[in-house]
Amino acid sequence: MMKFAVVSFPGSNCDEDLYYAITDDLHEAATIVPHTTIDLSGFDVVLIPGGFSYGDYLRGGAIAKFAPVMPAVKAFAQTGKPVLGICNGFQILTEAGLLPGTLQHNRQMQFICEPEPLRVENNRTMFTSAFQDQQQITLPIAHGEGNYYCDDATLAKLRENHQIAFTYQNNPNGSVSDIAGITNEAGNVLGMMPHPERAVEDIQGGTDGLLVFKSLVQAHLRTV
Amino acid sequence: MQQLKTELTPEEIREQKPYEAWGLSEQEYDYIAQKLIGRLPNYTETGLFAVMWSEHCSYKNSKPILRKFWNDGSRVIQGPGEGAGVLDIGDGQAVVFKAESHNHPSFVEPFEGAATGVGGIIRDIFSMGAKPIASLDSLRFGELDNPKNRYLVNEIVAGIAAYGNCIGIPTVGGEIGFDAVYDGNPLVNVMCVGLMDQADLKQGRAKGTGNSIIYVGAKTGRDGIHGATFASNEFSEEKEADRSAVQVGDPFMEKLLTDACLEIIHDHAEILMGIQDMGAAGLVSSSAEMASKAKSGVTMNLDLVPQREPGMSAYEIMLSESQERMLLCVKKGEEQTVLDIFARYDLDAVVVGHVTDDRQYRLYQHGQLVTDVPVTSLVDDVVEHEQPSRKPARLENSQPAQTPTIKDPGETLKALLAQPTIASKESVYKQYDSQVQANTAVTPGSDAAVVRVRHTKKALAMTTDCNARYIYLDPFVGGQIAVSEAARNIVASGGVPIGITDCLNFGSPDDPESYWELDQSVQGIAQACERFDTPVISGNVSMYNETDGHSIYPTPMIGMVGLIEDINYITTQSFKHAGDAVYLIGDTGDDFAGSELQKLQGQVPPTGQLNFDLDAETAHQQLTQKAIRKNLLESAHDLSEGGLGVALAEALFGSSLGFEGRTSLTNAQLFSETQSRFIVSVDAENKAKFEALAGNQAVLLGHTTDQDQVSLTTADGELKASCADLKATFGGALGCLMK
Repeated sequence: MMKFAVVSFPGSNCDEDLYYAITDDLHEAATIVPHTTIDLSGFDVVLIPGGFSYGDYLRGGAIAKFAPVMPAVKAFAQTGKPVLGICNGFQILTEAGLLPGTLQHNRQMQFICEPEPLRVENNRTMFTSAFQDQQQITLPIAHGEGNYYCDDATLAKLRENHQIAFTYQNNPNGSVSDIAGITNEAGNVLGMMPHPERAVEDIQGGTDGLLVFKSLVQAHLRTV
Repeated sequence: MQQLKTELTPEEIREQKPYEAWGLSEQEYDYIAQKLIGRLPNYTETGLFAVMWSEHCSYKNSKPILRKFWNDGSRVIQGPGEGAGVLDIGDGQAVVFKAESHNHPSFVEPFEGAATGVGGIIRDIFSMGAKPIASLDSLRFGELDNPKNRYLVNEIVAGIAAYGNCIGIPTVGGEIGFDAVYDGNPLVNVMCVGLMDQADLKQGRAKGTGNSIIYVGAKTGRDGIHGATFASNEFSEEKEADRSAVQVGDPFMEKLLTDACLEIIHDHAEILMGIQDMGAAGLVSSSAEMASKAKSGVTMNLDLVPQREPGMSAYEIMLSESQERMLLCVKKGEEQTVLDIFARYDLDAVVVGHVTDDRQYRLYQHGQLVTDVPVTSLVDDVVEHEQPSRKPARLENSQPAQTPTIKDPGETLKALLAQPTIASKESVYKQYDSQVQANTAVTPGSDAAVVRVRHTKKALAMTTDCNARYIYLDPFVGGQIAVSEAARNIVASGGVPIGITDCLNFGSPDDPESYWELDQSVQGIAQACERFDTPVISGNVSMYNETDGHSIYPTPMIGMVGLIEDINYITTQSFKHAGDAVYLIGDTGDDFAGSELQKLQGQVPPTGQLNFDLDAETAHQQLTQKAIRKNLLESAHDLSEGGLGVALAEALFGSSLGFEGRTSLTNAQLFSETQSRFIVSVDAENKAKFEALAGNQAVLLGHTTDQDQVSLTTADGELKASCADLKATFGGALGCLMK
């Protein structure tokens, strides 16, 4: 069985959802590890969940980047194994410098929760291989600060390296180039605002999210 | 640190009567001094009595009426009197729920008032040992042509979103209504639902002599002092200056508090003797009520209470309504286990006192005994006031409502869909995270929200309801209808109604007409609840909803929970496929009293008489329930505001279908609000089975089409409109009104 770590910061609120998506629906092993963990080397994948780490009173992820677990997350990413940050997890990864750019307040300055049509821009990553290229999918979003921003030079680099994984079909929050999710240059760190863990069973309204996790299983099988 | 003002002596209190400004009457003061404690209360004690004897804490005016509620039923594990009510849902599990109002604070400081309303009710749920799994908000505002109301909508919604989204509890439903009577007195009623294993049930008890009282959570500040008294008075523009009575919420702190308390309840139940939220009247009400329920006494040292600022008096510490605080009673000798857990969550937790066996309530500060009164004098001995009551003059000679003439039902439907009460609330509820916890099966916008119970085949349906215009016309029948409509929502979504909570929003109990309305609607609610086997397991009373002498419509909000025994029964209101047959369950009459059509045509306040038949209601609910269980229905939607026309449109909006049909009803009757009706769709192959089951209770209206058109021929005309057009009106109306 693959071993997934779900890093729980004070204020994370999607940690259990991720845990259940991995154990109940993907049928792999997951452990919720606290923000004080300093070694993640025993895991195959590290997941950074959504929520409001430390209340996010300053800016999404701005405090979490100083959490004791973050050096371990960075060390884990350097080994080339996959790190997936969802929603607040994406914000934390940009704050921590593991992903370029930043997430600003939504264009209309309001929180948005709705199912969002997306396009898979690159299906040759360890997070998207189970999708068809350019596949149109729907995943729920739920965020107040999901408006992705980066400068033109960074955007050009993202494009050139095929780091844009998902884009919005009807940009809900003002993100540059409709970006919903990006990887790092090495392709083993993905940050995305939509919530794949909320779309893993029919009763939740769709199962497109399960393919993100299935991709990680495929990637793992290729390495062993 | 110097005290800002010197406290009055007991004699000065007797002479100057400051307690009157805190809501205590001279008669009550004399009774306390002479009969209950046998001396003059000091300043701190007088403050404690003033809040504990307020309507908000003691229910002294409403108790004689609330006893008329029906609280029995085979599922009841915990009825009213604790943090929240608890119902058995099988498999050793229970559902816990309660609703609470935060009306006055939300007018004065809408963002924080609404946010702390959410926070307060969540603590009531987890204090019982339950994980909060959903919340709903029932809101009422004045009309949107008043800019103040637009501001209140924006801020109240933002406050609810900020708190609920951060803490990670999905906001799955609720309702929003508009009427000029809520100008200056919006209603913010928040309902929270929790799920627990029955074995984890906890109560607010300070029991076991010598056991420790532990204070947990946020530090105590000077915010919210006399909040309970504030809620027990009429409101006036001058009182907008009472901002200090509104608290500030910290959902991050509450998330930690929830997780820590639930960890102790799950892992250390044997050492946790009792737990209660510090809600209205903060430390005094939680500690005194916990002692009262356990028939014990309590002694606390206020110097140990974590304080946000220096120099707070005993009076201020005890009456503060700072948020995110809990009070625990923990077995003597086991305190460290609890303190260590809270330390891991970075939360303040301090042993501030202990349980005694002499039923005295004692407080020490700076080495002085500052309060020494019987627990019973604060909680149990509050003198109830059964107020004089009188049927309002407007109801003495009520006439049947006039039947309006409708020439173009398509235009009327469009106008109704643009009414803010009916129009889509998507722009509001998409600001709420309705899906966190990944269990939401039916998101906001359908009759009832549905949340599945993970690792079982069960789900819970939940809804809030109250048509206050009906209550205004007939509080008894209106009360019955409020419960019935909530039950219809539950039934249409595939559930069996199992219980209710309520927020009774009324005018001043000192007004005999208001008191009569409260009494009548409680009796109507009680009768309907007994019929549907939905006991009242918790609730809240908010009286004094008057601003500058104008009362709101009596608004007893009903929050109902239903059990869906199998997730396959989950049904939504949207039509599913072209060619399905569409039926109307229930007869339609000329019921325009209190209707949205009446309001649209300028009849404010409403007029007329209500018709309602509890037997028909029960029969039609049972038919719908049976049809769902036999898997005969593709969709089910209850009829409410705007009648058949609006319900038909709403069933079309979630699909990309059209409708074609014929009815013997008149144009006007398309908008009649006759109760006890559903609109359902049935696949062609199930038509015969459904018709056999329904008999004469349902009539075929027509069928769904794949055209963008709704067309319904009536006895005197035709309803004809483009679905896309109607949907655009429905979807855009609220946004336009908010600009």
